[in-house]
Amino acid sequence: MFDFGIWTKWFNDLLVGCMPEWLAILIECVVIAVLVLLTYTVLALFYILYERKLCAWFQCRLGPMRVGKWGLLQVFADMFKILVKELISLKGTDRFLFKLAPYLVITSSVVMLACLPWGRGLQIINYNIGIFFILAVSSVGVLGILLAGWSSNNKYTLIGAMRSGAQMISYEISLGLALITIVVFAGTMNISELVYEQEKAWFLFRGHIPAIIAFLIYIVAATAETNRGPFDLPEAEHELIAGYHTEYSGIHFGFFYLAEYLNLFIVSGIASLMFLGGWMPLHIPGWDGFNAVMNWIPSIVWFLGKAFFISFVIIWFKWTFPRVRIDQMLAFEWKYLMPLSLANLLLMAVFVALGWHF
Amino acid sequence: MEVKIKSMKHEDFKDNEYIDKLVEELNASGTNVMVGKLDQLINWGLSNSLWPLTFGTSCCAIEFMSLGAARYDMARFGFEVARNSPRQADYIMVQGTIVHRMVPALLRLYDQLAEPKYVIACGGCAVSGGPFKNSYCVLPGVDKVLPVDVYIPGCPPRPEAFFYGLMQLQRKIKVQKFFGGVNRKERIEEFFAKHPEERGQLG
Amino acid sequence: MSDIKAKISQICPSVTFEEGDCLLVNVPEQDWHSLATALKNDRELNYDLLTAVVGMDWKESLGVIYYLTSTARNWDLLAVKVAVTDRKNPMIHSVSDLWKVALFQEREAFDFYGIKFINHPDMRRFFLRNDWVGYPLRKDYDADPKLNPVRMEDEKHEDDTVSFVEDENGKIKKIPGKVFTEDDYVVNFGPQHPSTHGVMRFRAAVDGEIIKKVDVVSGYIHRGIEKLCEGLTYPQILHFTDRMDYMSAHQNRHCLCMCIEKALGLEVPQRAVVIRTMMDELMRISSHLLAFGCTAMDLGATTAFFYGFREREMVLDIFEKTCGARMSMNYNVIGGVIADIHTDFVKDVKELIRIMPERMKEYHKVFTGNVIAMNRLKGVGILTKENAINYAVTGPSGRGSDWSCDCRKKHPYAAYPMVQFEEVLEKGCDSYARYMVRMREIEESVRILEQLVDRIPEGPIRAQVPKIIKLPAGRWYQQVEASRGTFGVYIESDGQKNPYRVHFQSPCFNLVGVMDICCQGNMIADLITIGAALDFVIPDIDR
Repeated sequence: MFDFGIWTKWFNDLLVGCMPEWLAILIECVVIAVLVLLTYTVLALFYILYERKLCAWFQCRLGPMRVGKWGLLQVFADMFKILVKELISLKGTDRFLFKLAPYLVITSSVVMLACLPWGRGLQIINYNIGIFFILAVSSVGVLGILLAGWSSNNKYTLIGAMRSGAQMISYEISLGLALITIVVFAGTMNISELVYEQEKAWFLFRGHIPAIIAFLIYIVAATAETNRGPFDLPEAEHELIAGYHTEYSGIHFGFFYLAEYLNLFIVSGIASLMFLGGWMPLHIPGWDGFNAVMNWIPSIVWFLGKAFFISFVIIWFKWTFPRVRIDQMLAFEWKYLMPLSLANLLLMAVFVALGWHF
Repeated sequence: MEVKIKSMKHEDFKDNEYIDKLVEELNASGTNVMVGKLDQLINWGLSNSLWPLTFGTSCCAIEFMSLGAARYDMARFGFEVARNSPRQADYIMVQGTIVHRMVPALLRLYDQLAEPKYVIACGGCAVSGGPFKNSYCVLPGVDKVLPVDVYIPGCPPRPEAFFYGLMQLQRKIKVQKFFGGVNRKERIEEFFAKHPEERGQLG
Repeated sequence: MSDIKAKISQICPSVTFEEGDCLLVNVPEQDWHSLATALKNDRELNYDLLTAVVGMDWKESLGVIYYLTSTARNWDLLAVKVAVTDRKNPMIHSVSDLWKVALFQEREAFDFYGIKFINHPDMRRFFLRNDWVGYPLRKDYDADPKLNPVRMEDEKHEDDTVSFVEDENGKIKKIPGKVFTEDDYVVNFGPQHPSTHGVMRFRAAVDGEIIKKVDVVSGYIHRGIEKLCEGLTYPQILHFTDRMDYMSAHQNRHCLCMCIEKALGLEVPQRAVVIRTMMDELMRISSHLLAFGCTAMDLGATTAFFYGFREREMVLDIFEKTCGARMSMNYNVIGGVIADIHTDFVKDVKELIRIMPERMKEYHKVFTGNVIAMNRLKGVGILTKENAINYAVTGPSGRGSDWSCDCRKKHPYAAYPMVQFEEVLEKGCDSYARYMVRMREIEESVRILEQLVDRIPEGPIRAQVPKIIKLPAGRWYQQVEASRGTFGVYIESDGQKNPYRVHFQSPCFNLVGVMDICCQGNMIADLITIGAALDFVIPDIDR
């Protein structure tokens, strides 16, 4: 399997060979930052088109067709449009917080993106507490949403922000517990180690029953975390106009819009990392020929493929299910999902202690 | 420079005189090549990404829903991202009669739209008051209070007419200049400064 | 009939009677409230449903005609005429304490005629701005645009209301009041809001997410159709009905045509009768499909909306082939229909009948059976049967409260006596019941179409009508079952070629009246659900 580490090492050696080390590191940082932002934009644009095409498909429609071949350029048109739209400054808002909020939201999702392992040797941040770090950063996004709702000085945005706060804080518990279940199983929080642990077989298969339960809990909680249907209450279009970002226009609105889609990718990425082996190909112990064929497919394709598939499922939810009500949503989390994930954690601990796994 | 719309020939549009005249005027003064290209790029973006504000008062709104449904599918053109918040929409499509009580709300919605913004008067009532023109509380056409870019007649207009009107709006957008003074969209205050008599009509 | 007369004269000796389309009771203003109480509460009379409230201006006097129905007895109509001669300060006792539907209906009469209702709790204008000068439907209304220019600024003092209360000595005092208290956290929905189905405006006082009170502000699409009708001839007023409830265009127009035909004593050819009935049922299918789609969309299940619209396009195709338009068909005319059916009509209707049962299953699979949808709809927006009758909520919404109120059964008209169909009733009294009534009514409509499609008789499509249509002096009231409830048309003629007064009693007007009692104690998200399940069309309310 191709290791992208060869490229990065070559680039590093090239820089170090002709300049002092601090300058080399600085240049590398800048290059990485540009690459991350570029990836971020391209991925977000891809996701917007992906969702629009998918929902058109569910709804017996065609979706964007006319701008570029099969509507491929549609999202670029949208991007140019959003870039030139007016940024309306409002009377009665908290100016500083109002402008800060979209940046908080987008920063948190950019940092999370940087933590994901894209392929063999393609990872930017590799902490020993990687998963913990991702969870911590994701909470900053909630702050941005709360600030957006509060600073807009609008009743819809306030209700949207409060709903969002209640929802995200609740579902973060289940999300965290589902991930901890896997951490207990793997015995590490380091992202690259998590991936290498799955070389033999993915965690979903190795941990069988508790892992599958954790995976299902994770998918539900992740849907809620990303504010997507049936948990899209914070921006419930038919109740609250556009929820917490009702008052945002132009690129500030664009940031929320991009972050929403990128968060979808990130939660799918984490799901694929924790349950489906990250960039690790599908390996079945004993089937060496099959494993060799699987290794032929580049690691980045594996990672993106898994992430897109999970996103597809989440998008499918959104376009099929009606929206739940705030009390039903909270009752679902606190009465069913959280006790279940706690019990599941216990189950996993028992399984690990007794060695009932592959 | 000819204004091009994909899959619609120039001669398929009914009223080409005004747009040809506009293009001629613009080219007479000449443009910087760089600025011109940038303008074209922005206009390409603007014209292909028209997000409507959902604003329907009566029958035309139902036809607008048909426009979004599977048979007519305005998503093909990228029009489907209907925003409920005026801050995020690009044009307001006035579908239906505007009565006296609605006028302040309509004006406020227009003011809340982010620039560049456009107005489409859709259906007989929005164009001129339609069958209710003589009523005591009906506004005889939204152009009495708002600068209208495109009129789509009909009662209600067929979905095909909606598309024709939206393409006309795309053509208008494609000739505007984002940079430079010619044919920039006027703000309402500028419009009233130039046409004080219009303000008088509004009472 | 005669025993009712005897009974009423016994209760209130000062009344006089007029025969006509239905029995009309002339009652002096001071006796009106006591008579009304007796009419409502008397065991034998038992007029529990206030069908229509028609404000009137007879030049020498102003007044109101109340149409009452006894649902327990035989659904016969009784008209009561109350008139006062004081044009400066006309006052009539309110009956909103007896029939809650009068709460909004009397506000409409106040808005149009300036008649103040004594003891009515909330005498605000209903359709027009609160700074409007004059009462537009009075015959001496000054239509000078200088008096009422297009105002660009918002209305002031929206919270202010007033009531005229009578004390023990019969003195009437004007008492100002407020709609909401100082401490209420009021969230405004509309007039431009994606889920108000048009330009309705609700102001909801909320406590967290719980709704405490809903104030309905209407009139954002009030076009003054009733006043416009007075200036036009009978054939010219027909087209307004298509533009009121555009989802019941055929039924509304059918009603108006039937009312005029009744006044003229015109016999409609059987072919036209059957075609009209079929068109009504097709319209009902298209309307209920839209209601299904919008309910699903308002609850967030966008895909179901597209499925509903897919079949609706088939119905619209049938309309387009025969009537020449997808909406605003303008098909019924006085004496029949304007054009014969298209040659494909029978084939297309049969195709629709063939596919609908299968598609209904698909809808239930996609939306109805979903556990989230069930939880969102069940138990939300309870409207008891008593309240449904009291607020005169007819149509699918009333039948969702187990109230048998189908006009097609109670006052059979057109080809309905010829066909077998079931009046759909649900016992749930909640949003789910209302939704299910609609879905089952689609099946019943398909059944009616199935019985009629091969029985369209040959013959003319239009009766011979005079070139200039003049109705004899008198008053007529006609009801049909529109998609959303009982639609009524009141015409008063003085023998001229244009009507003296036309009143449309729209079903949605009463539907929006129960928003407050349905929403109280529910959540903000439920306001949308309740609105979607009641399924009102705003231009029908505002007219």
